[in-house]
Amino acid sequence: MSDDIKPRLRVPTTAKKGEVVEIKTLITHLMETGQRKDADGKIVPRLIVNTMKVTYNDKPVLTAKLEPAIAANPFLSFFLRVEESGTLKFTWTDDKDQSWTAESKIDVA
Amino acid sequence: MTRMGLLNRRSALLAATGAAAGAIAAVIASRNAWATQDSVKEWLAGQIKGAKDGPKEGKVTLKAPEIAENGNAVPVTVSVESEMSEKSYVKAIYVAADGNPNPGVMIWELTPLAGKAEVQFRARLAQTQKLVAVAEMNDGSLFTASREVKVTIGGCGG
Repeated sequence: MSDDIKPRLRVPTTAKKGEVVEIKTLITHLMETGQRKDADGKIVPRLIVNTMKVTYNDKPVLTAKLEPAIAANPFLSFFLRVEESGTLKFTWTDDKDQSWTAESKIDVA
Repeated sequence: MTRMGLLNRRSALLAATGAAAGAIAAVIASRNAWATQDSVKEWLAGQIKGAKDGPKEGKVTLKAPEIAENGNAVPVTVSVESEMSEKSYVKAIYVAADGNPNPGVMIWELTPLAGKAEVQFRARLAQTQKLVAVAEMNDGSLFTASREVKVTIGGCGG
């Protein structure tokens, strides 16, 4: 199942020094709420991506904590102030402690 | 296919959707132990530690559609009127809802590196309900905004 979980990013490749840029992320994940019942009437256990951590050059940018009330394939968007060239790193973790990472480089011209 | 045919099909679909929404609403009404305004307050209080005063209205803008046809993915934007400097920044944004099985929706813990206090995500809303956002500033002060979203088809397949 973890094979079909893919993070997607939209991050600009260049920015001016001090520019605030918009970052968009999406990870394909069912986000099973733990409320749904299967065909036999048994509750399908909760399995959601519960955290997304973002760092820029290893400095923390933000941590997003997700609850089951976040839609499947969670799309999260935020802003980043770019003072220097660097690497933006993302780590998503789910209820089974599986994690996925992605990164993207930004060049300050 | 003629235009008339298309229109008929559309209105038939609309009628079917309406009926389904009615059925779901009936199911929801028969359940209990869902989030309430009180459990939203409790959840927020549990997340925001050490706040002296309750949140004040203002500074926070909560954008969401007035009517969401599909509660499975309702786009929500929360922005806070604040700089994002080392001296003064938004430390966290908490989002809760009073009509889902659980009150919590999500928490954003921000640092000044997040240049602008604006975040976007898509929420699941089981029924028409009120979304609440609370922003915690780095000095500990709290600001809030809320918004009702009418949901045509609930987003908690159960």
